[in-house]
Amino acid sequence: MTDQSLPLARRLLVPYWLTLPMAIGLAIVLFWLLMVVLAPVVAPYDPLELVGRRLQPPSWQHWLGTDALGRDVLSRTLFGALHSIPIAVIVVVLAVSFGALLGALSGYIGGLFGSAIMRLVDVTLSFPPMLLAMAVAASLGPGLENAAIAMVIVWWPVYARLMRAQVLEVREREHVEAAIAAGASRPRILFKHILPLCWTPILISATMDLGQVILLAASLSFIGLGATPPTPEWGSMISDGAQQFYSWWVAFGPGVAILTVVLGFNFIGDGLHDYLDPRSE
Amino acid sequence: MLTSGWVFVNNHRTVSSGQTSIFGSMHPCEGAKLEKGQPLTRFILKRLFAMPFLVLGIVTLAFLLTTVTKGDPLTAILSDRQLNDPEAVKAAMARWGLDRSLPERYFIYVRNLLSGDLGTSFVTRRPVLTDVLFRLPATLELVGAAMVIGSTIGISLGVLAAYFKNSWIDHLARLFALVGSSVPVFWMGLALLYVLSVKLGVVPGPGRLDPRASLPPTVTGFMTIDTLLAGEFKLFANALWHLLLPAFVLGWAVSGTISRLVRANMLEVLGREFILTARAKGAGELRVVIRHALRNTLVPTLTVISYSFAYLLTGAVLTETIFSWPGLGSYAVGAARALDFPAIIGVTLVGGIIFLLTNLITDIAYVIANPRVRLG
Amino acid sequence: MNTPLFSVRDLRVGFLSRSLPLEAVRGIDLHVDHGEVLGIVGESGSGKSVGMLGSVSLLPPSAYVTGSARFQGQELVGLDRRSLQKLRGSRIAMIFQDPLSSLNPVTKVGTQIVEAIRLHDRKISKRDAMERAIELLELVAIPEPNRRVHQYPHEFSGGMRQRVMIAMAVANDPDLLIADEPTTALDVTVQAQIMEVLATLQKRLNLGLILITHDLGVLAGHADRVAVVYAGQVVEQASIDDLFANPKHPYTRGLIASIPNISEEKERLFSIEGAPPPLGRLPSGCAFNPRCTMAQDVCRNLDPQTTTDGAHSVACHFADDKEGACA
Repeated sequence: MTDQSLPLARRLLVPYWLTLPMAIGLAIVLFWLLMVVLAPVVAPYDPLELVGRRLQPPSWQHWLGTDALGRDVLSRTLFGALHSIPIAVIVVVLAVSFGALLGALSGYIGGLFGSAIMRLVDVTLSFPPMLLAMAVAASLGPGLENAAIAMVIVWWPVYARLMRAQVLEVREREHVEAAIAAGASRPRILFKHILPLCWTPILISATMDLGQVILLAASLSFIGLGATPPTPEWGSMISDGAQQFYSWWVAFGPGVAILTVVLGFNFIGDGLHDYLDPRSE
Repeated sequence: MLTSGWVFVNNHRTVSSGQTSIFGSMHPCEGAKLEKGQPLTRFILKRLFAMPFLVLGIVTLAFLLTTVTKGDPLTAILSDRQLNDPEAVKAAMARWGLDRSLPERYFIYVRNLLSGDLGTSFVTRRPVLTDVLFRLPATLELVGAAMVIGSTIGISLGVLAAYFKNSWIDHLARLFALVGSSVPVFWMGLALLYVLSVKLGVVPGPGRLDPRASLPPTVTGFMTIDTLLAGEFKLFANALWHLLLPAFVLGWAVSGTISRLVRANMLEVLGREFILTARAKGAGELRVVIRHALRNTLVPTLTVISYSFAYLLTGAVLTETIFSWPGLGSYAVGAARALDFPAIIGVTLVGGIIFLLTNLITDIAYVIANPRVRLG
Repeated sequence: MNTPLFSVRDLRVGFLSRSLPLEAVRGIDLHVDHGEVLGIVGESGSGKSVGMLGSVSLLPPSAYVTGSARFQGQELVGLDRRSLQKLRGSRIAMIFQDPLSSLNPVTKVGTQIVEAIRLHDRKISKRDAMERAIELLELVAIPEPNRRVHQYPHEFSGGMRQRVMIAMAVANDPDLLIADEPTTALDVTVQAQIMEVLATLQKRLNLGLILITHDLGVLAGHADRVAVVYAGQVVEQASIDDLFANPKHPYTRGLIASIPNISEEKERLFSIEGAPPPLGRLPSGCAFNPRCTMAQDVCRNLDPQTTTDGAHSVACHFADDKEGACA
């Protein structure tokens, strides 16, 4: 429905999907994405260097104070984007590729292979995600790479299930039957005729999951299974802050960072959801 | 089937839109996919039939985790000190059959599990099962309180948001819920503890009871119940008081999912004609909203609440450490930090099985409770 | 002159939309008395239901109502919520179009009737209210009422559900019953039965009945007077006999011509060409002019005034051209 009351200028300049939450979400996410690249330029200090006295409250020299070793919390928080956001993106990309491939094969080939994959999906999804990620990460040993592997293991079944459902639906469409009748080979049918139609929901879902993956990564780091010190990762910074409980500023920066970036992704997810799901109107 | 389908069809949506919280995604393990015309008994039987296989799958995955640990599998079972003790190494080799082939080891692992042997924790040096059972009540108490708080907040916000759709109340309610599911619970716990307890002193500090209080005799392990059994009403109040903040932090995190679902369902129900009938009868607005509209959303609401149980269980992992809560969560975190493998895998196994059971019960209760699905 | 049971003067209902207020009801005048049946007829979207719901404040918050709607002399427009709640369901009762969705699906039928009774009679016990509910089901000729009160709506057929709605509506012995398309959603055979039930109860309880419908045929034999509504205005109002014998507005003539008539066995039903104007897109002049076969320049420029001879009122520039242009 077009809204007659809006001034013409606004209607022309602002696309209709750009609601206020969406705009805020995009702005926040854009800010943190910029930080991934620009942190070295913007941050006032080196995140690893001991630049001041220990546990200084916020001041003009150190806007967010200093931590237990005398490092600048603001600089560490800004650099934290570099250690939190790319890992989430990598995890989601891997989980999507892996999950979508297995899900598509399971849906297209079916049979014993297909159901074997789906049982594996069922079993993996039977675990509370955080617990399973913890157990896998602990078994592999601490470190950001192992935490990433653990998160991929926890997350791929979500996409496998989604992809399989998509493939099963698209497979029945007429153009696929036409391609079969025309004698196209099976891989060709899968890759040329089915998969291109399956991506949209997966990609949307993946975008929306980014915030959750950032949270999970931070949680693993918080309990000591992700980033190892002295990496300025948000979860482990909060863990430092928990130990310096009375110096609230140590955990403040990284906490706000996680909150805003996840909120940003959730705003975007919400906007996409409202935009794509007419029922919510 | 219309409203009913919603929960499950949209469950993945709910997940992916990030409406859950720290516990990762809220994927249903086996959403109740009751097909039209499928007899109820067959549905339940099918679900029950799948159970042993899922449990076996969980056990297998847990076993595989013990084998992927880097280097010698012994490091997954024995601590560094024990590794230098030939006696201990020999005993462990025999107990877990480490000198045998993988299939044989798997068989031994399952046999040990069946006899309740989850291994021995490096840290506490007690059997993992003993530790887990000892710590379970504290977690269940926290999770139960969080569920009450989370569903109260979630339902109220969902109802308000739907009733005042698109007003500032709606926007505020949605923002509150969204913040709850975006914030790391462990940080929210820290922040609230600092502000409310240290600065303002309106809530007690961490722990289950005032540290100076003498503990009531342990009967059930639930502090609130044990204090009551001991007739210590002051202690009971103290225990409730201590429960409030951690349960709120945890409950806030799940209230987002609940309020979102309640809002959507309420919007649908409030637009139906029987709401007009109720108003035409002369019912007041409160009655229309609660007795007529909310009651019609009860089944999907209860379903999402009971699903949230399992997620609260994982959320407890992160909340308990902050609040010095002596439950499974702080046990798991302690184990993870100390790389205490038998404990980690034991907790994961128990968590998986609890998760599976609650979801099964939810699914079955759901189809039984919904007359429209039942009569289909 | 006595105050009528229910009278509406210059009632207007609009909806606030973000752009401009849309007027769905543009000043209607109606009245109904004890024991009288007033039919309101018009196509869907003509504003006939909106007007009646608006007069008892049952529209969503985006609607605003102006003008006057008096019930036993008491002004309803602008009346406080509590007093309105007291009137609704006790003095003024309503039944709606779709019996499938107008009963609460998760509550037993008996409980819903009991609720209607107890909302207005705090003193009656649950048991007595249930007794009364059973009597009411008997009154609307539902077989085995003792068993039926304990069933859920989905265990009833459409016609039976509409009977339940009627039973619930008359539970508190109201003075006025507003029936909004009570038979539209039902099978033809069931329609006649429901109308029979309504007519019997109306006489027995001496109800003022407002029967809203899009089908003039439903009113024949049941209504005393008929108001024809088009685009939010009453275009013609007369006693039913007078209206059928001497329709003055071309729209009314169209409606009469489109009543299915079995005896004549017409192959094709007559229907008025075109559709009523959407909200906020009224043509200038007479709202009916784009569809009217006798429209002249004056109809396109000037909104006709309502003229009346006391019993028969009409709003048409050519009301007295005895079908001249039409024939």
